[in-house]
Amino acid sequence: MNPFASIGRASLGLLSTTGMVALFAWNCILAMIRPPWYGQQIGRQLLSIGYFSLPVVGLTAVFTGAALALNIYTGGARFNAESFVPNIVGIGITRELGPVLASLMLAGRVSAAIAAEIGAMKVTEQIDALRTLSTDPFRYLYAPRLVAALIAVPLLVLIADIIGVFGGFAVATQSLGFNGSLYVQNTMDFITTWDVGSGLIKAAVFGFIIALMGCYHGHASGRGAQGVGRATTNAVVSAAIMIFAANYLLTSLFV
Amino acid sequence: MSQPRKISISNLHKGFGSTKVLQGIDLDVDAGKSLVIIGGSGTGKSVLLKCILGLMCPDRGSIKIDGTQIVGLSPSKQEEQAAKFGMLFQGAALFDSLSVWENVAFRLIHADHMPKQAAKELAISAMNRVNLSKDTADLRPAELSGGMQKRVALARAIVTKPQILFFDEPTTGLDPITADVINRLIREQVTELGATAISITHDMPSARHIGDEIAMIFDGKIIWRGPAKDIDHSGNAYVEQFVSGSADGPINVMGR
Repeated sequence: MNPFASIGRASLGLLSTTGMVALFAWNCILAMIRPPWYGQQIGRQLLSIGYFSLPVVGLTAVFTGAALALNIYTGGARFNAESFVPNIVGIGITRELGPVLASLMLAGRVSAAIAAEIGAMKVTEQIDALRTLSTDPFRYLYAPRLVAALIAVPLLVLIADIIGVFGGFAVATQSLGFNGSLYVQNTMDFITTWDVGSGLIKAAVFGFIIALMGCYHGHASGRGAQGVGRATTNAVVSAAIMIFAANYLLTSLFV
Repeated sequence: MSQPRKISISNLHKGFGSTKVLQGIDLDVDAGKSLVIIGGSGTGKSVLLKCILGLMCPDRGSIKIDGTQIVGLSPSKQEEQAAKFGMLFQGAALFDSLSVWENVAFRLIHADHMPKQAAKELAISAMNRVNLSKDTADLRPAELSGGMQKRVALARAIVTKPQILFFDEPTTGLDPITADVINRLIREQVTELGATAISITHDMPSARHIGDEIAMIFDGKIIWRGPAKDIDHSGNAYVEQFVSGSADGPINVMGR
């Protein structure tokens, strides 16, 4: 087997997929900005992506904040920096861990659900049926999911920020002997609007990626249960990798 | 000046990779006529239907509806063309997340922007035409039997009184009695609406019942076409083998 041929095939495959995702994303963006808009569909997706993800995001945030406080306290003790726990928990949660971890959890929950639903619709010819009913699936199916994710993920990350900081606060005050009001005061003094704002911008980008990967892989799903299963896995994996890559790019822009 | 054919297909080709599915289909259907296309599995019947519906783009060839070329139309023009069509999918293709009446009224609400109450009334009227009671209107498709799902799909196809109806294996997976009910309903609706119909099936009782004419597709080409009443004495060895359902004959099924 010629190794150059394998490398060539893989490279062409990657370029082809990149092109198809870019074209799909462009069609989705056009569908998002051009009427008709399906308000009821957007509302349903806001409920599904936003409201029903609250427990997952909340639990992730509270345990992350708590573990972060413990780690910073232990690590900080090596050079007498235990008092920086509120500051580092605050900045760590709002700038990095809140958006990234919440989005990764949503990639698992939301991307998978979208890919499975759209993939199942494809294999049962429901997407073809939409077209024969003079309805564009980009406008009716994909744009509402992208709009809802763009709105819901930053809101979820804002909630994750609050819960994550609370997780650190709970551990710091209950186990590490911090004074509650001083902890809150330190956190409020240290965190800037930009810390929270940059995390929310990241969240919006991650939200777009989460919904886009779910829609794309569902749309490109193969036949049968295996095809839908593969689409679901691909959606989660590609969304997670793109979130990490986008996080690095955005962080390098924001610092 | 003569009227253009309702549907006119010429030299239609479609392949997937090295597999040639359609290899020069020529087919005309006059307004108000019901044509049934028969053929074995994998002979390109569904691909042909999807090309006419604009769901697939043929590699070459021409498809004209009322004299207008529809191959290569923009998506918005395709949506306009789709307003002329009603389609019954093989698996019904009902939207799981919507109730029965919302499925039937889908085009009225989302494409024609009709108020929901008026759309619901029309949907229930279409459901009545296919012998579905009002009580089923608020059920979900998953709560219905296969035959009822087909009837809901038929109601969805006819609710806007389209000019052209397409039926993809309308009786597949149904018991013989339910299949006969669906065949009768299809025949009634095509006649009442005066619509042009193209059906694809490999169910011969269904083909005889629904069609004014029958055409047989084999190896991506139309190899025989004639009145439905002539199907049992076509004089074509391929058609005879298919109609009789015999494994012996010119059609080699072992490689399929």
